[in-house]
Amino acid sequence: MEKPGRTLLAKIWDQHVIAHVSDDTDLLHVDRHLLHDLGGSRGLLDLKSRNLTVHNPELTFATPDHAISTARGRAGTSKIGQELLAGLRTETSAAGIAMFDIDEAGQGIVHVIGPELGLSLPGCLIVCGDSHTCTHGGLGALAFGIGSSELTHVLATQAIIQRRPKTMRVMFEGGLPFGVTAKDLILALIGHIGAAGGTGYAVEYAGSAIRDLPIEGRLTICNLSIELGAKMGLIAPDEKTYDYLRGRTYAPQGEMWQRAVEAWRQLPSDPDAAFDREVVIDVEAIIPQVTWGISPEHVMGVDGHVPDPRAISDPARRAAIETALDYMGLKAGAPIIGTPVDWVFIGSCTNSRLSDLRAAAEVARGRKVAPGVRAWVVPGSETVKRDAVAEGLDKLFTDAGFEWREPGCSMCLAANGETVPPGQRSVSTSNRNFIGRQGPRARTHLASPATAAASAISGAIADVRMMEP
Amino acid sequence: MPRPFTKLTAIAAPIMRTNIDTDVIIRIERLVGNSVRGSLGKWAFGSLRYLPDGSENPEFILNREPYRQAEILITGPNFGCGSSREGAVWALQEMGIRAVIGSGFGDIFFANCFQNGILPIVVDKEIVDGLATEVENTQGAGRIGIDLQEQTITSSSGKRHSFEIDPRRRTGLLEGLDEVSLTLQRDDEIRAFQASDRAERPWIHFARKSA
Repeated sequence: MEKPGRTLLAKIWDQHVIAHVSDDTDLLHVDRHLLHDLGGSRGLLDLKSRNLTVHNPELTFATPDHAISTARGRAGTSKIGQELLAGLRTETSAAGIAMFDIDEAGQGIVHVIGPELGLSLPGCLIVCGDSHTCTHGGLGALAFGIGSSELTHVLATQAIIQRRPKTMRVMFEGGLPFGVTAKDLILALIGHIGAAGGTGYAVEYAGSAIRDLPIEGRLTICNLSIELGAKMGLIAPDEKTYDYLRGRTYAPQGEMWQRAVEAWRQLPSDPDAAFDREVVIDVEAIIPQVTWGISPEHVMGVDGHVPDPRAISDPARRAAIETALDYMGLKAGAPIIGTPVDWVFIGSCTNSRLSDLRAAAEVARGRKVAPGVRAWVVPGSETVKRDAVAEGLDKLFTDAGFEWREPGCSMCLAANGETVPPGQRSVSTSNRNFIGRQGPRARTHLASPATAAASAISGAIADVRMMEP
Repeated sequence: MPRPFTKLTAIAAPIMRTNIDTDVIIRIERLVGNSVRGSLGKWAFGSLRYLPDGSENPEFILNREPYRQAEILITGPNFGCGSSREGAVWALQEMGIRAVIGSGFGDIFFANCFQNGILPIVVDKEIVDGLATEVENTQGAGRIGIDLQEQTITSSSGKRHSFEIDPRRRTGLLEGLDEVSLTLQRDDEIRAFQASDRAERPWIHFARKSA
């Protein structure tokens, strides 16, 4: 009998099994463990307090991103933020862990630097104490977020216990319509299957639109897997992946590179591989997306109208929409376009790579941020920042009235004190529009970099397709 | 070392809103720092529990008796979605919660619960809704029983429901096992895996900065 086809997930998973722990649960080897300032020193101190040492410091890498200020000179980093940074320096140095420090090439949002440095590779198992670790799946890695206890476990053992997830394949078919980006595709999917649609699954994204996407767009797609409820999202590696990784700082070189690529070519799901769930999305029907509520599933095309709870018969759903509209300060049934905004944030592990900044810059070029709007551009890493400056994007943005800042997580989760003020409305290229995510009572609309830039210029939620050339 | 969980009969508070995320359970600024544990209980559900002036929101269930004494939360779909912050579990624990019952949880939150001796129970939505309705009908006085050994929930009116749980997780909770020490007992296997993997995938194990 022919062996049944195997999925990308199964191939990577099986390669990492150290031992079976129970029927569906395995002890898996961790190839890359990424630490950041919010949880890194805590984990290393926790380990020390148990008289344990780091099992494989050479497979562990650290950078500060969450709690540092993104103001010039890092002015305004809180006392606690400074303590966390100092702790990360001391503890990684004591443990022999490489750390990419501020102002050095390599520093940045942990999910931006992993791919950029070639630390994240196809077939690699990557964990980090951050739910957006799924981002690295864009390179064909199996990557997922872990909690603090699991983080300590990985430091101590270089392994993690995981239950094998169910598999879902999402086929994005068709060519990207004008003005539509990777961010719009994944937001549309979340709107389609819901914020819990992927819970318990590892999601493989495939189809012609995914093959056509450059690597940075694939990273954006995988980044929002967790907003579907899926802690793992991945895309099969292909020639684009290898072209992206070749020559990167930590990527294999020479003969080792050849061996690695040969192994990676075996990873894509076999044609007859079966998935527990299949979803097909018609890309050509998608238009630029924007969220209107307090969950990423509260999303619609930018030409849409805010839902009217009176039209909803299910009482739980009606109540959920009422809560969301009340928090967001939106009128039922009103068009979302033209809603005045106070803040625009272009950044985060979702959309802060060079291609994202270029897309926003294309819209901002020769225009001005509307009066009364504060618009920030926060590059994802020191390298993104330097590359953008080399292209003159910093000047283009500041000429247009945007603030150009230092790399970090910044206003995506506001852990460093950079917040949208209470009651103010923001269009953000980040990943979560949760209550208070960007600051207490802040109102967040998620969108692509192009839509965010168009909204900054218009002073209101805007359809980038309508911007005059 | 997590506290063992065997049986519990306690006040239960229904928080039935869909998609209560971990940002809502605990705001990030409460988690910035290495010594935040022990101070989180009063900040759990901050945006729901307190009004903008800092006073308690009398409408929020956990601000009302007897729900202030709750050790069980009955939750709406997708409770604990979002961020991986284990602080969400610490915050619940520090306000006295020992079990959460819902039709589905965020994957990372679910795993974090077990690491801290909190029992997350997944049952059908109809059962969750039924438990919540019964509790509300008694103004919260009716207690819910959970028996992990037997894998049963007993509603306040005495209806018994069984639930499924990963046997390994169940043993871990019943005995309060520490996963790190258990895995370290298998360190020979980890090292043997690494030795053979170094030959098969050297690029993983010899990640060097290229010149």
